[in-house]
Amino acid sequence: MSVIEARALRKEFTVRVRAGRLRREKRLVTAVDGIDLRIERGELLGYIGPNGAGKSTTLKMLTGVLTPSAGEVRVCGLRPVAQRTRLALRVGVVFGQRSQLWWDLPLRDSFDLLRHVYRVPPGEHAARLRRCRHLLDLDAFLDVPVRQLSLGQRMRGELTAALLHGPEVLFLDEPTIGLDVVSRQAVRGFLAELGQAGDTTLVLTTHDLADIERLCRRLVVIDHGRVVHDGSIAALHERYGSRRLVVADLDAPVPEPPVLPGASLHRVENDGHRLVFALESARVAEVVAGLAGLGALRDVSVLEPDIEDVVARLYRRKRQGCSITSTAKVPGASAS
Amino acid sequence: MGSLTATVAPPAASNVILWFRTFRAIAGSSFRRYSTYRQAAVAGVVTNCVFGFLRCYVLLAAVGAAGTVAGYDRAQLATFVWVGQGLLAVILLWGWTDLADRIRTGEVAADLLRPVHPVTSYLAADLGRAGYAVLARLIPPVLVGPLFFPVHVPQRWATWPLFALSALVAVVLCFGCRYLVNATAFWLHDARGPVIIWTLVSGVLTGLYFPLRFLPEWLQLLLWLGTPFPSLLQTPLDVLVERDPAGTQLALVGVQLCWAVLILAACRLVQRRAERRLVVQGG
Repeated sequence: MSVIEARALRKEFTVRVRAGRLRREKRLVTAVDGIDLRIERGELLGYIGPNGAGKSTTLKMLTGVLTPSAGEVRVCGLRPVAQRTRLALRVGVVFGQRSQLWWDLPLRDSFDLLRHVYRVPPGEHAARLRRCRHLLDLDAFLDVPVRQLSLGQRMRGELTAALLHGPEVLFLDEPTIGLDVVSRQAVRGFLAELGQAGDTTLVLTTHDLADIERLCRRLVVIDHGRVVHDGSIAALHERYGSRRLVVADLDAPVPEPPVLPGASLHRVENDGHRLVFALESARVAEVVAGLAGLGALRDVSVLEPDIEDVVARLYRRKRQGCSITSTAKVPGASAS
Repeated sequence: MGSLTATVAPPAASNVILWFRTFRAIAGSSFRRYSTYRQAAVAGVVTNCVFGFLRCYVLLAAVGAAGTVAGYDRAQLATFVWVGQGLLAVILLWGWTDLADRIRTGEVAADLLRPVHPVTSYLAADLGRAGYAVLARLIPPVLVGPLFFPVHVPQRWATWPLFALSALVAVVLCFGCRYLVNATAFWLHDARGPVIIWTLVSGVLTGLYFPLRFLPEWLQLLLWLGTPFPSLLQTPLDVLVERDPAGTQLALVGVQLCWAVLILAACRLVQRRAERRLVVQGG
């Protein structure tokens, strides 16, 4: 059984817009426009989309905070809105932009209060807390009131708070937003380890695609409230024609660009000192072997397709409303 | 992360006991949260005492040579004022906009993600706050008043427990009223308007500005039965100063209890309505 199931999920908001000096007009805005989603136990799902695409709204409907305008949802077999308090015992939520901790209490007291709120047996609570303290390095600021914590420290506290009751599903809404490199890595490393254990389902929204690359095998891209991609990152690259690049630096420019089977010349840089090939069907080794035949080869490097680039093109394409073709540009070599 | 997996604990205690433990834990942590703001408590006590003198002198002037007014003698009025100044902070008539603020900023989403009903958890937190206010805000004016004015000490032993009960019910009732006022933010996005109206009306109709017994009897009856306001402050104070015989005291507390039940039920109803149309602000 899927741990999360959503069918034709919709959410509409009424927005009042100024229309004239005193008059206000009601306008219906569709934030989520018929999303179907099925997530299996233990999956790590990246849920991305441009600002205002409906990511957070979806998450709020999955956790029972918002009532869907239409459609059906089941999370852990429960109806989120009607059975919200029961569902709360089985899911954890981290909002990157809001705090769920008590502002004026030290983390230690917040955690202790959560133990009572979620009715976790003391032994289990202690074991989970010990694990988080170790993995997230909490000990240095466990007794500092939350209001005095740095963002990175607070976020580590939020993660712990969301996990102390052993949730089956952990929803993370931009958990790395605003964090520095070190905290970001700490959070990612922690989530990766959590994901590897395989019994917690993770649903992650983010604008930082490195989070997704590092953590998620499955990626759902939404835009204007609709799913525009659902599959692996590789499938996304394949679908939008991003290819791996082989960059060859030469001692001297070759008079005529070589023809390599299974790869096409993408561009020539540096007055012919650098040739960039896009891989099509050949493997890297075959292309490199072909290049070696040119002589004068100084250096070879392989560039993986850049996910940011693919996603940026995907967002832009949706915005312009035109369809993408397979001749779309391959990500630039400078992105290494 | 094996130790982070979900396991269902064998039920060690009944649900009622577990519920009570959760309630107590929330109240306890709220007590600790409020106790970190000591300077605020001192400032509040000073203000309450200054106004205590002011109100006391005005009311005693109303008594004049006659010795009694509206059924109170001088000592009863002094007790009414000084305990009232402390009780004001315990029931927290004014200055609570936590819920409205959380609705305005969207933080209220976090409250909805807890396995406890929001009205229950806010009530528990408010009782913790009130507990701290008894120590920090009620006791000081109660000690200051008798130093400067002769006060009334209850003559009947039953008055003491009845006053404690009445004060507790007043806290619960006042919480419910504040919750309702704050909850208007679910519809208005900002509860400032309703809060201002609440502040104006509650000052007059709870008996804070003057004892409601100064009013004509028909109006008193209307206020007590038709509005929750007298039950917030006037009732516990009337019980304490023994203005009425024991039977009337009991009846007043009975009215209070009815209002508390009614208002709490209204809170749950409003909360349910609000959740159905909730818009979480700020993404």
